[in-house]
Amino acid sequence: MKEYRSIRSIQGPLIRVDGVTGVGYSEVANIRLEDGSRRMGKVLDISRDSALIQLFEGTEGININGSGVSFLGETLHFGVSPEILGRVFNGVGKIIDDGGEIIPDKKLDIDGFPINPYARDYPEEFIETGVSAIDAMTTLVRGQKLPIFSASGLPHNELAAQIARQARVVGKDEKFAVVFAAMGITFEEARFFQKDFARTGALERSVLFINLADDPAIERIATPRVALTAAEYLAFEKDMHVLVILTDMTNYCDALREISAARKEIPGRRGYPGYMYTDLASIFERAGRIKGKKGSITQIPILTMPEDDKTHPIPDLTGYITEGQVIISRVLNKKGIYPPIDVLPSLSRLKEKGIGEGKTREDHGNVTAQLFASYARGKEAKELALILGEASLTEDDVKFAAFADEFEQRFVAQSVNESRDLAATLDLGWELLKKIPRKELKRVKEEQIKKYMKAGTD
Amino acid sequence: MNKKGKIIRVAGPLIQAVGLDDVKMYEVVHVGRQGLIGEVIEIQGEVISVQVYEETGGIAPGEPVEATGSPLTVELGPGLIQSIYDGIQRPLEKVREQTGDYILRGVRAAGLARDKKWEFKPLAANGTQVQEFSILGTVKESEAIESKIMVPPGVSGKVSGIKAGSFLVTDDICKVGDTPVQMMFKWPVRKPLPYTKKIQPSEPLVTGTRVIDSFFPVAKGGTGCIPGPFGSGKTVVLHQLAKWSDADVVVYVGCGERGNEMTDVLTEFPELLDPRSGRPLLERTVLIANTSNMPVAAREASIYTGITIAEYFRNQGMDVAVMADSTSRWAEALREMSGRLEEMPGEEGYPAYLTSRIAGFYERSGVVEAGTPPRTGSVSVVGAVSPPGGDLSDPVVQATLRMVKVFWSLESSLAYQRHFPAINWLNSYSLYIDDITDFYEKNSMKEFPAMRKQALKILQEESSLQEIVRLVGVESISDEDRLTLETAKILREDFLHQHAFDEQDAYTAVSKQFKMLGIIMMFHERAEKAVKKGVPIKQIMDIPCKEKIARMKIMDEAELPEVEKILKENFAALQVAGGGKEE
Ligand SMILES: Nc1ncnc2c1ncn2[C@@H]1O[C@H](COP(=O)(O)OP(=O)(O)OP(=O)(O)O)[C@@H](O)[C@H]1O
Ligand SMILES: [Mg+2]
Repeated sequence: MKEYRSIRSIQGPLIRVDGVTGVGYSEVANIRLEDGSRRMGKVLDISRDSALIQLFEGTEGININGSGVSFLGETLHFGVSPEILGRVFNGVGKIIDDGGEIIPDKKLDIDGFPINPYARDYPEEFIETGVSAIDAMTTLVRGQKLPIFSASGLPHNELAAQIARQARVVGKDEKFAVVFAAMGITFEEARFFQKDFARTGALERSVLFINLADDPAIERIATPRVALTAAEYLAFEKDMHVLVILTDMTNYCDALREISAARKEIPGRRGYPGYMYTDLASIFERAGRIKGKKGSITQIPILTMPEDDKTHPIPDLTGYITEGQVIISRVLNKKGIYPPIDVLPSLSRLKEKGIGEGKTREDHGNVTAQLFASYARGKEAKELALILGEASLTEDDVKFAAFADEFEQRFVAQSVNESRDLAATLDLGWELLKKIPRKELKRVKEEQIKKYMKAGTD
Repeated sequence: MNKKGKIIRVAGPLIQAVGLDDVKMYEVVHVGRQGLIGEVIEIQGEVISVQVYEETGGIAPGEPVEATGSPLTVELGPGLIQSIYDGIQRPLEKVREQTGDYILRGVRAAGLARDKKWEFKPLAANGTQVQEFSILGTVKESEAIESKIMVPPGVSGKVSGIKAGSFLVTDDICKVGDTPVQMMFKWPVRKPLPYTKKIQPSEPLVTGTRVIDSFFPVAKGGTGCIPGPFGSGKTVVLHQLAKWSDADVVVYVGCGERGNEMTDVLTEFPELLDPRSGRPLLERTVLIANTSNMPVAAREASIYTGITIAEYFRNQGMDVAVMADSTSRWAEALREMSGRLEEMPGEEGYPAYLTSRIAGFYERSGVVEAGTPPRTGSVSVVGAVSPPGGDLSDPVVQATLRMVKVFWSLESSLAYQRHFPAINWLNSYSLYIDDITDFYEKNSMKEFPAMRKQALKILQEESSLQEIVRLVGVESISDEDRLTLETAKILREDFLHQHAFDEQDAYTAVSKQFKMLGIIMMFHERAEKAVKKGVPIKQIMDIPCKEKIARMKIMDEAELPEVEKILKENFAALQVAGGGKEE
């Protein structure tokens, strides 16, 4: 392999090398430092004989005269085999535990390829997470991409770990795995997940990719891609149901911004590049099911909203790609409610097709529609009471306000170790609806009231 | 003249090459050793810039580029219906046969199947003089669609050798003058398919969605847009339109959106029956799927591919509806290519020509006459727009609003309350109301426009009243005003709210909408009279017929007169009670 000693410039995470021949776009570059260590990068732009390389690892120690660059003639690949289960890799897919080398079955391009929409199978198999607010209101199904929109200081990690621990498809005993990709999170956060996986015995069914806060930021560009390459292999070649947790996507996006800035591209909103939508889509669209394949990829990306702002480009573009969102609320968290999920702006777009008779329970859609509507009205009433005083509320509104409180405290709230099955969750919903005047129960059917609302109504 | 050049630069979907002497703008070229498909988008001296419709990983300077001499075209002929294509008309079913579950590079697949025979029935006799778009015969493309085989554009003369029979799309079916004619022809996607003249839209595109048909209708041949933040319901509305609107053919363009949404259409449309033909909806549908993870340049092409196919059916005399979800992703593809070309950026980095491109796209809608003797057909276009943060000052929204005549404004606060469709009734509009009043008159719904006006007025008043209530509480406003709030609530919850996934509620015939709205307005009118007579508002709020009104959505149209009857009885009873009190 030819080594070029013609580095012309090093700027942020970018290196330009001149005088190259036969180098292809997106190809992997290997940079050899003076001390013999190696760094990886990829070709971002190749113009005549000059290649612009984006590093996946830090630039410290690279110099113009002493370092050399060679090109591998292929795009970045990750070696897969069933043995990756139970192992820990860094953000670019190098082993960092002490389990020894893995002999790969094959090497796969980390960028993957777009799934042919014609080959997709529609996700509609209900996953019971044991978390009422999710199972009832923002139902998760196999093959879905459902992010958690959180913010700093909120318990999104606890929730993600709880989901990973409890998630199951009722009545089925199938092979499943967790692929966990950490991007720029703290050592403690990563430890939290690792310990939790170890405690519940999930570790040997997990593949971990860890890029910590003090690891090079640009590594993060590769991390979700390597993780999803592992997931695709396990799901579509090894028939496993794979849950992928990507955290924190905000750090990923910041790395993307850093590279864009170094390239002096025209910045989009808040400095993030204009192609961030497409870039994120190339990650999130790797969730799903494929016709004729047993396995599936379900993604739970976690992101922290800067300034708690849902219109910030990171949550905004994510919401435009994913199939709903679970929103963690600071207000509920302050009230001491765990999990502090705000169900009103949360949404699962695949809920409709994953619930109902034969899938969950025949009343699922109606009773949750009623819970939504009643909770919304109760919250409104509470706001009104705040301005005008309790006395200004109509008799009905007082009932709705009381309902809203109970809904938060009894339905949304549960313990971090509690797994409620769906029947218990829905029954609890009916129980709470007793607080509401009968004539206001417009979203449920008369027969359902008879069947599910236990005696002792108002 | 040199047909082969050499790549000098590769940067994502953009490559630059030299050595192609006489290449034209928008000419298709084959790029690299794998011959990837690309299109020339800039010529600067000897350097040409090409947007490549496939992934460019691994392509290196020095590799060849070959000109094809032809612009990007689509194939128009039998076989379009029920197809699912990528942005440059490659059938995804064929692509899957070639490369499996993932889309790999270098796939070549013709838009129309080359191995399928179609039963051709001639309509033109030998010896007749024909022009472009004259009808030669028909082919039954699906149980629902009988396609007309037209003389290709630019061809005219006397028909000879025409015969019935079973043909491939590439077989000669006759000669027109000296030109052998086949069932298919090709047309460049960026050029509107010619027609004779445009005429003013005069009929609504009936969608079965109440807030649209009753309040903000779009005309056949008209344009509309539906901007809104993520999760507010753009796709659901477009799917509803694709399912239930009374177009002959639907072209659905999934442009830079989710793969699963296309799968949804593919799994649902074969099951759902078109109420008019009784046949599966897929039998009148053409799908273009260039999802968000597919190459970005092909996303740019996808909406042109879609609209050209629509124009083809329009020229046959059909009403075609095009849905594009989402035009923002198309605009972003434009922006990305423009950025790589280092063009001068305009607002939000979009190129200065954004507005004219958007205008050019929507201008391809309309009711037209085509062919001789003239046939009338239409292309209606509805585009979703996905502005950052739902902010309507976004350049794509603004440029779109200047072009389209219907604006359905989606609002996240309505979506959070699960009020669907989350179309805001206060700031949405339709500029077709006047164009289609004749239609209501002809269909004995003369009062519709007036009712619509009154209902909207009540909703307007509600919003100002709500502000007052927020300050002083509901008990402090007059009974008249409380009635306004009550009627507005009925309008919102029992008329505008419509559940897209409920079998009975998903589609409401216009005649039923007319009756529903009529009953609600009758409620308001009678209640107003009662309040004036001094009937306490509480009695009106508890009136039994309200429950019936709430169930009108899921009732048969034939049951509505019964509701009206009960309403009248209820109010008659009230007057007595109220009257009694007055004395
Ligand atoms: N008419 C409706 N009836 C019932 N539910 C609806 C309706 N419209 C929208 N929804 C609900 O809202 C969700 C989001 O709608 P949709 O996918 O159409 O949003 P969108 O505006 O297209 O979002 P994005 O821009 O992210 O694609 C749906 O999955 C569904 O749950
Ligand atoms: Mg959508």
